Amino acid sequence: MTTELLPSGTRRIDRMDMCGITKRFPGVLANNQVDFDVLSGEVHALLGENGAGKSTLMKILYGLYQPDEGEIRLNGEKVAIHSPADAIRLGIGMIHQHFMLVPTLTVTENVALGLKSSRGMRTDLDRVEARIEELAALYGLKVDPDALVWQLSVGQQQRVEILKALYRGAALLILDEPTAVLTPQEVDEFFVTLEQMKKDGHALIFISHKLHEVIQLCNRVTVLRDGHVIGTQTTAGVTRHQLAEMMVGRPIAAQPQRATVDLGEVRLKLRDVEALSDREHPALRGVSFDLRGGEIVGLAGVSGNGQRELAEVIAGLRPTTGGEITLGDRSTTGQGPRTIMDLGLSYIPEERMRDGMIKDFTVSENIILREFDKPPYSRAGFLNRGEIRLNSTTLVKEFNVKTPTLETPVKNLSGGNIQKIVLARELSREPRVIVAAQPTRGLDIGATEYVHSRLLEQRELGTATLLISEDLDEILALSDRILVIFHGRIMGDVPRAEATAEKLGLMMTGEEQVV
Amino acid sequence: MLDFFVKYPRLSRLVDLALPLLATLAALGVGAIMLQLLGANPVDAYGALLNGAFGSQNALADTIVRATPLLLVALGICIAFRGGVINIGGEGQLVAGAILGTLVGLTFPEAPGYIVIPVALVAGFIGGAIWGGIPGVLKAYYNVNEILSTIMLNIIAVQGMNYLLRQPMIDPAQAQLASRIPQTARLVQAFDLPRLVPTRLHLGALIAVILAFVVYIYLWRTTSGYRIRAVGLNPDASSYAGINVKRNIVLALLLSGAFAGLAGAIQVYGVHHRMFTDGSLAGFTGSAGFNGIVVALFGKLNPLGAIPASFIFGALIVGANSLQRAMQVPAALITALNGLVVVFVVASDYFSRRLARSRQIGVEANVEPSPPASMPPALSVEGDMSSD
Repeated sequence: MTTELLPSGTRRIDRMDMCGITKRFPGVLANNQVDFDVLSGEVHALLGENGAGKSTLMKILYGLYQPDEGEIRLNGEKVAIHSPADAIRLGIGMIHQHFMLVPTLTVTENVALGLKSSRGMRTDLDRVEARIEELAALYGLKVDPDALVWQLSVGQQQRVEILKALYRGAALLILDEPTAVLTPQEVDEFFVTLEQMKKDGHALIFISHKLHEVIQLCNRVTVLRDGHVIGTQTTAGVTRHQLAEMMVGRPIAAQPQRATVDLGEVRLKLRDVEALSDREHPALRGVSFDLRGGEIVGLAGVSGNGQRELAEVIAGLRPTTGGEITLGDRSTTGQGPRTIMDLGLSYIPEERMRDGMIKDFTVSENIILREFDKPPYSRAGFLNRGEIRLNSTTLVKEFNVKTPTLETPVKNLSGGNIQKIVLARELSREPRVIVAAQPTRGLDIGATEYVHSRLLEQRELGTATLLISEDLDEILALSDRILVIFHGRIMGDVPRAEATAEKLGLMMTGEEQVV
Repeated sequence: MLDFFVKYPRLSRLVDLALPLLATLAALGVGAIMLQLLGANPVDAYGALLNGAFGSQNALADTIVRATPLLLVALGICIAFRGGVINIGGEGQLVAGAILGTLVGLTFPEAPGYIVIPVALVAGFIGGAIWGGIPGVLKAYYNVNEILSTIMLNIIAVQGMNYLLRQPMIDPAQAQLASRIPQTARLVQAFDLPRLVPTRLHLGALIAVILAFVVYIYLWRTTSGYRIRAVGLNPDASSYAGINVKRNIVLALLLSGAFAGLAGAIQVYGVHHRMFTDGSLAGFTGSAGFNGIVVALFGKLNPLGAIPASFIFGALIVGANSLQRAMQVPAALITALNGLVVVFVVASDYFSRRLARSRQIGVEANVEPSPPASMPPALSVEGDMSSD
């Protein structure tokens, strides 16, 4: 191995090669002869749809899985990585999408967690803290070592994760969808850090669905599809569209087509609505807005600013503590989900496996979930099986749900197909108002495209849609107006034409709208 | 093993169904070692067991009579578990149903049997429903753990039974005697459940089998059964669907208790023709309220699966008793044998889950991703990009 050191004092990894990696699971070939490499001083993006084999490949590199064939070389020497402990010892670090931090401990304690103290039985947290400050200064990772993790913002928590990896001597970092939880401003700061690490000679692997980030940040990109490498190329000159088509393996439309639609009457009206979170803290602090037929209103915001509570309050699943909600011409304040549903509200819940689906129920049982006790699905207290099968068959076909049979439990289907079932159920009810919460989260490009086209189709039919999303690109692509929520308040109402990522991003962090 | 079953999903399903049976055989295998250590020849011993359970028309009838309360309790357990609540109160509910059912027969000794019997069975159903409904309400509206409350209600039921049979309901003939055996008077013979063949086999067995089909239809073909299953699998999604979750928790426990209560009334009218107590619950119930849980699990929580499951368990109980008589082994061995079967059956669930996983992998591998039909046909761009 080379003796060259990174500024952090860690030994550099000049190059890492994964050669001919094959990994089989019963009935599935997750990786098939995959070659992948990353060099010191570059960011190499790993792109692919869900199930393409990205995470399997990275789990092999991090020692969580063993490959069936192929080998891993560090600086040209073959290495065996049997566990994450091996990986860490070799200088490989991984930042997981879901942070692995203990919320009730301080930053320093989290970094030291699981490591031997240099003082034997006594803790050496002061030394850890000194080292954290050293590393933080080196890469601009501003964070208070004594702060408790639960008090930190998501962006700060991510810095702690990176510090943790650097502290453990990572020269090669695997970043698994690191920007999914960040505001645009936080992403910018995060990229500054990554650029610095790159310049210093770290090797970085960047997994993301966000193609513009891949092009902006990365030097090279490798696309995986169905376990194969489709291609590796430099990001210079490549377009998002090209990358997207490589991922899905077929041509796709550049932008969803939006027809001009005349605005209808007000279908949903909120006035000073207040509600509590699960922990009984105020989550909504006086939310007011109107939703008209034929428009999609985007609700942008960083996760946890009241979006979930707002959706549940509208759907009648969470009680309000103040204010008034009107659906059509009826007040629905204090009404239950059944009444609100019958008034024409369709709700695509954020946690579809928890709230929107019964995963052990079959496809058709889930299709009837909201209407099972109404004709034609029920007759005199009995389920009308013929009618259920007939309607399920039609909807499965119409919404392109891929399922072996109607009797297959939905837990056996992919996320995209499950979301299509939710859509089939909610949109086939001919709704007057749709609340769509994170409708494409976790979906691949093909399924996302499909969901978008369906929502736009509803807009043309004159339905009023509230689109709640943490993905600004999605909001900007679909919405006629954009509301920004911060700490349970609507920070601004921006027409589509005036909305930019920068402007929305500022409002998402609590800056008042300057009109 | 997993790989093998991925290739043959049908076979996997078959093995899955046979698992409880295989588990029982494995338990008997371990039992054979115990018999050997006690100096009994396992082959002779199991021969005595089979003979005792199936050897004659009477033996077979006894097996079915034993299986009847197990099946009824198991039907209730299926409903409770499908509704996501755990009912350990079968014993108490059985007793509550038996008491209410007995009261009907004692109160109207002059009425015709074709009226009293159905009314008494309905009374038993209601008695069990009340005893099951109480923990249901406590669970749904006051968040009281139903496992604890059903066990507590078992204890209340046994003391209530002991009091009633020693004081207000005691056989007037016994009340005159110094012994005061705690039992009711024998119900008039006109109220005996009709015998099916000239054995101890009574109409209750047929009722139980018919009800197994009714419960199956209820759970999978009615909207009310759909609600219970939905609430049991996912309360969050159920309230999203507009289902009243609390009400269905109560309903599941109430129905569960009702079937145990019916079992109690059928024991009175079909087998004992009176209520009696030895001071414990098992004296009257024969532990059917507990064994019914095992039967339900044995039948994979499917009411139809509970039919053969209860038959096998009935056979095990009847056969084990004659094994003990024939081989002169300690009675504790019989308890141990039953315990072994329970442990093995419950443990076999692990393999069941493995098999389910293998089927799931098979399904995932068979669903080929292909572009949705609404998309335009692929153009030549694909080849250019992927050759890079």
